[in-house]
Amino acid sequence: MGKDQGMMPWKEVPFGLYILEPGNSAEFKTGNWRSLRPVLDREKCVKCGTCYIMCPDMCYDQQDEEGYYLVNLFYCKGCGICAAVCPKNAIEMVIEEV
Amino acid sequence: MIEIRLHGRGGQGAVTSAELIAISAINQDKYAQAFPSFGPERRGAPVMAFVRLSDERIRLREKVYHPDIVVVLDPSLPTIVKVTDGLKEDGWVILNSHKDEKTLREMLGGYQGKMAVVDATKIALEVLGLPITNTTMLGAFLKATGLVDRKYLEEALEHRFGRLAEKNKAAMARALEETKLYT
Amino acid sequence: MGKKVAKEVSIAIADAVKLARAEVIAAYPITPQTHIVEHLSELVANGELDAEYITVESEHSAISASLGAVATGARTFTSTSSQGLALMHEILFIAPALRLPVVMVVANRALSAPISIWNDHSDIMAQRDIGWIQLWAENGQEAVDLVIQAFRIAEDRNVMFPTIVNIDGFTLSHVIEPVILPEQEEVDAFLPPFRPKYKLDPRKPLTMGPVGVPEIYFEAKKAQDEAFKNSRKVILRVWKDWANRFGREYHPVETYRLEDAEIALLINGSLAETAMTAVDKMREQGKKVGLIRFRLWRPFPIQEFRKAVAGLKVLGVIDRALTPGGVGGPLGTEVRAALYNAARRPRVVNFIAGLGGRDITVEDFEEMADRAAFYMKKRPKEAYETIGVRES
Repeated sequence: MGKDQGMMPWKEVPFGLYILEPGNSAEFKTGNWRSLRPVLDREKCVKCGTCYIMCPDMCYDQQDEEGYYLVNLFYCKGCGICAAVCPKNAIEMVIEEV
Repeated sequence: MIEIRLHGRGGQGAVTSAELIAISAINQDKYAQAFPSFGPERRGAPVMAFVRLSDERIRLREKVYHPDIVVVLDPSLPTIVKVTDGLKEDGWVILNSHKDEKTLREMLGGYQGKMAVVDATKIALEVLGLPITNTTMLGAFLKATGLVDRKYLEEALEHRFGRLAEKNKAAMARALEETKLYT
Repeated sequence: MGKKVAKEVSIAIADAVKLARAEVIAAYPITPQTHIVEHLSELVANGELDAEYITVESEHSAISASLGAVATGARTFTSTSSQGLALMHEILFIAPALRLPVVMVVANRALSAPISIWNDHSDIMAQRDIGWIQLWAENGQEAVDLVIQAFRIAEDRNVMFPTIVNIDGFTLSHVIEPVILPEQEEVDAFLPPFRPKYKLDPRKPLTMGPVGVPEIYFEAKKAQDEAFKNSRKVILRVWKDWANRFGREYHPVETYRLEDAEIALLINGSLAETAMTAVDKMREQGKKVGLIRFRLWRPFPIQEFRKAVAGLKVLGVIDRALTPGGVGGPLGTEVRAALYNAARRPRVVNFIAGLGGRDITVEDFEEMADRAAFYMKKRPKEAYETIGVRES
């Protein structure tokens, strides 16, 4: 664990343990323990955005120029909710290659 | 230092009397302290309040156990509370009563010391229209002891009672006239 | 200079809060603190004090709302007693850890049961470890002075800790006595507006109170403790400035006629004044007795205390709280611990007195000094003795 995750001497503890950079949890990579990865079949996808709405980690918050939702693998933990809720079965969970 | 103990019943204004005496003394540039002895806060229950007056800073926060002056606001209290308890030998007992000296001395268990008596309930009923005797008894206190200037007591009454001050001042003035001193 | 006026101490405290220009007051009434917050609510309702008065449904809410208010950068005051303080308990620890400088007056009152509205120190002594700066007042003047000082101490950027001013319920809170209220300009010159470095502000968001995982919790507490101990420098500086401006001195450990004393009594709060009268009386009889009080109780002024007692033979520590089954009252236990490794230390005798509004008279203080003198030659067998309890 590095300093950014709390390993600091007491003299360097920020005042009141305040976090002065709002939203800094975005810097934490949570996508590194995924065992399944979502793969989108663009033939079936109708760009309805259900995956974007239902992803508990907001991984589908980007769209490409054609309007397809893109999964952000920096955060995706491979939970499979997107695949389960997709009305067109356009998302398949595949084994993550390490 | 002069120590005063006031006996009353909840609602009669013993605490207010104590406060008015202390405020008058402080405004007269003396040192003073007034505080209540809170029991169950219930109308009619026997209550006590205490005052200390001094020319020097007061460093004492115990209750008053050996008063120089005892003021009793309620005529029935001497029969249930030993109001002369701890009273100094040359001290004053200031009573609200219509009874005569002999009866009162018997009521106080053969008390031989100085006594000031006024029928404060009658005066309060006639002047204020209420049997609240605290400001009336201030007149008796003033007459017996002269420990604070009347002017400062009247100012304190004005400050505390606002539009009702005139009546309270009148009640005090009548007690000043009618209080009988037995020394 | 302000004029000497006759005031009930509670009212004088409320006036001091007004002079300090408090911006938020969140409080729930409880005897014997009630007159303080009643008067403040009047001052706010009458437009005499430009503050937000938050009426809440409990003391737990009062302290929670106070923390929220002070976190936004508003000067904040609250006050409570007894069960009310106990109900605040879990939130009290959060204030110093988050460095939120609320000022609170505790009108000390016994804890139930039996139900008691009267004065002792069991409420505040149950809160020794909350991490607030704790001060004691002995009279109305000190209560007024300490409340104004408390805002300056608490809000200093080198302090930023919540601060409690203890006043005895009834024996101080309900007493009318002479008090000098400083002029507004004098207070304004002494007490600058509250300008915290960090505050909750939607234009500049930050997080207060994140989780402290095991990797950081201990370091965070160490940092809090060191900063807390450091606050004494600011406290001393503020008291020096107060003495220069107003001519009234305050010290972490207050002493009375201690110079050549062999025996000293130690008591906190307003009954120390009765103890002074007892000391004067015993001095007239040739007894070498003095008196010590903690003005500053947290952070504990260990150097000043050890220095004050170094020349004594016996110290009689008077606790106004009971630690059932313990090795002494809270004050006695701490004093013994503070002296254990001291090079020079008196024998310590611990008395428990004045619980639940039981008066401690001049005679009681004399009795305790005499008992302390008795223990000059003989070690006390018991950890503590009770004074003023009927035996038959």
